[in-house]
Amino acid sequence: MRRKNGYLTAGLILAGLTAALILLGFFWTPYDPNAMSMDRTGPTLAHLMGTDNFGRDIFSRVMKGAGATASIALTTVAIGAVCGTAAGALTGYFGGIADEILMRINDALTAFPSVLLALVVISVLGPGKKLNVILALGLVFIPSFARITRTAFAALRDVNYVKSARLMGAGSGRILLVHILPNVMHVLLPALTIGFNNAVLAEASMSYLGIGVTPPDASLGYMLSEAQGMFGIAPWYAAGTGLAVVLMVFSAGLIGEGLQRRNGEGA
Amino acid sequence: MKYAAKKIAAMLLTMVVVSLLTFTAFSLISGDAAEIMLGTQVTPERLAALRSELGLDRPLPARYLSWLLGFFTGDLGMSLQYHQPVRELIAPKVLVTLCLSVLCFLLITAVSIPLGLWSASRSGEALDGARTVVNQLCMAVPSFFTGILLSWGFGIALKWFMPGSFPDLGEDFFGAVKYLFFAAVAIAIPRVAMTVRMLRGTILTEMQKDYVRTAISRGAPRRRVLYRHVLKNSLAPVVTFLAQTMAEIVAAGIVVEQVFVIPGLGRILVASISNRDYLVVQAIVVILAFWVVLANTAADIINQRIDPRLRLGGDA
Amino acid sequence: MLEIRDLHVKFHSRDREAVAGVSLTIRDGEILGLVGESGSGKSVTAMSVAGLLPRSRCDYSGQILLDGRELLHIPRSELRKIQGREIGVVFQEPQSAMDPLMKIGPQVEEVLDIHEKLPKEERRRLALEALEAVELPDPEAVYGKYPHQLSGGMLQRAMIAAAIVIRPRLLLLDEPTTALDVTIQAQILELLKKLNAGSGVSMLFISHNLSVVRRLCGRVAVMQRGLLVEEGETDTVFHHPRHPYTQRLIAAIPTRERREEAP
Repeated sequence: MRRKNGYLTAGLILAGLTAALILLGFFWTPYDPNAMSMDRTGPTLAHLMGTDNFGRDIFSRVMKGAGATASIALTTVAIGAVCGTAAGALTGYFGGIADEILMRINDALTAFPSVLLALVVISVLGPGKKLNVILALGLVFIPSFARITRTAFAALRDVNYVKSARLMGAGSGRILLVHILPNVMHVLLPALTIGFNNAVLAEASMSYLGIGVTPPDASLGYMLSEAQGMFGIAPWYAAGTGLAVVLMVFSAGLIGEGLQRRNGEGA
Repeated sequence: MKYAAKKIAAMLLTMVVVSLLTFTAFSLISGDAAEIMLGTQVTPERLAALRSELGLDRPLPARYLSWLLGFFTGDLGMSLQYHQPVRELIAPKVLVTLCLSVLCFLLITAVSIPLGLWSASRSGEALDGARTVVNQLCMAVPSFFTGILLSWGFGIALKWFMPGSFPDLGEDFFGAVKYLFFAAVAIAIPRVAMTVRMLRGTILTEMQKDYVRTAISRGAPRRRVLYRHVLKNSLAPVVTFLAQTMAEIVAAGIVVEQVFVIPGLGRILVASISNRDYLVVQAIVVILAFWVVLANTAADIINQRIDPRLRLGGDA
Repeated sequence: MLEIRDLHVKFHSRDREAVAGVSLTIRDGEILGLVGESGSGKSVTAMSVAGLLPRSRCDYSGQILLDGRELLHIPRSELRKIQGREIGVVFQEPQSAMDPLMKIGPQVEEVLDIHEKLPKEERRRLALEALEAVELPDPEAVYGKYPHQLSGGMLQRAMIAAAIVIRPRLLLLDEPTTALDVTIQAQILELLKKLNAGSGVSMLFISHNLSVVRRLCGRVAVMQRGLLVEEGETDTVFHHPRHPYTQRLIAAIPTRERREEAP
């Protein structure tokens, strides 16, 4: 059953490296990411990703920016996963009218592309603030988690070990958390990696558009919009920043692929 | 026919819910519309007068109904920022965005179906793992990053199109399509990767089914099995998937329009959000959502053509 | 007409050989029953004859001769010319063995479309004839229906029609009645008997059910754990089983059935 899973290993290694660089970036970067100077260079040993128009070290900026993007994405996914799983678990397990209503709203929400929905929420809350971005994206990810877990919980509601737990007098809370949740993990984990990827891409998109996170908390998206303007003179700025986004999403994607294969899907 | 009618009724219902949600969300803030127009230094009387002029003093359901009526008769109100009817403002842009998403959709369909078939038929071979990695890599590249690279490579460097000077759709249709093509490629790459992955999985699942064995036992060559039986049976889930992709095309389009400086709905949407020009935002959001709902309904109706088991009230 | 010589099949995923040296002959125009419980290797034997072994996932040796022509080791492209044309197969569950998105007519015609260049009307005529031959009421209507619109028994008739439409030499029947209820099962057996008597097509009938085999087959072969343990005229095997396994199988048939269905 558990064959050697190259995707999972490779993804975990890549993600580990990325996470290590990001964590390091919170405490130390090779240069002050906002310090300007006169020397603009391409990638060298001193400046791994070169410097931009203002002589700022891109590698340091990417470390910081990736930190901002990753922390927003993780918080967002956490909000989406916790609220979504709770909603999905309750409606899936108990069913009834609340289930019907929530699922109808859910259906309608799927008509909104995720970034569009986030933009709506942002424009209601007010653009340009980090907290609002997190709230908007978090809200956007609730429905998809709710849908996935609802199906899983509804399917396990009447299986034998849940029935026997109920007969032995376990309360609903205990059944949901102890008996069903662990058995839902195999669908929840890949969903988390996909959610993380969508969150990174959505955050980067919104910051690129200038309605997400704005300086001084520059994230990778905002940096890419800066980099686009400097592409003619410092193409390595866009390259380095883009690479960071790709690396984050790619490693999470590999983990997701590995998890799904472990479940025996998509062989 | 019954089936299609049912689906269209469901679609209209979803559209009502979608527009109601949007309208309610914006109503929570559009009480400020009068304030935004007049600024903060204003007497309460002026404010109340403008409110009643804009109809903001009426109850929510009444405002929703009149807005919905306006939506279908083309009266979307006035833009606060541009002092111009919203309809005039967005009408030419709707066409541009529509062209972009249709172009992108065609591109995704045309590329991913053959690629998916190829990938499925090569499953289990030595390079299977490499193909999966390339697939994941393509999914990881954000459209706007590809867009930046493409607009520099093909625009600034090769001069195949001029980034920033989008030709008018009516005057130079092919020029405009050429311009949009590069944006469509940027949007398409990750979605093609996703569709290929999905199609590959579906085909491999179908290949295990008994009817495939039956076809082989009749001496059907591999190609015949694949095209006459497996592909047809894999089509329905793929159509559903592609319709859902429409939502992602629209979402990515908002950003990519910004990258390529395409005067579509996405650009004016972003500008209007920054300017808190809610009537414009609201109209665009509802239009885009309707477009997505329409695509999904079309997929349902197409699937019912493909799969006779979905034909309710058939002569079973 | 068909001769299996010392057939061995071992799947890579299993330790034990699925078929461990089976030799078997089917004569012209006879119905041979192949009996055994699941896992005895009877289906694998039949799949080998039908050319449906997953060649890349198993080791196999021996010979399968159809009118002297070796089938087990010939290239796929050669094999395809025999499949369907010379050997027709009817599977266990007609609901899943039929392509759900294709009408019955084209599925019956498929084998003609693959092997013979015939004008469309001629194909249609032959298909309708085959549907008539399997005693389906109103072949014209059945021709234009989708599988989900027919009952299991009707579908299995259509599957048989699809197999015999091109008049193959040999018909492989892999538990064709197992998924059907008893009355339908009896009707299908009658139909197979009639087809065999009418056209002289040889049949290899695979079943785990000895009493069904007894009603249909002139000769019977019994398999257990990949080996052929007994072979002979059905009556002889029934009344004087030599191998203990065969004896157990016969003992397992309810007595009433044993008495009533004695020929």
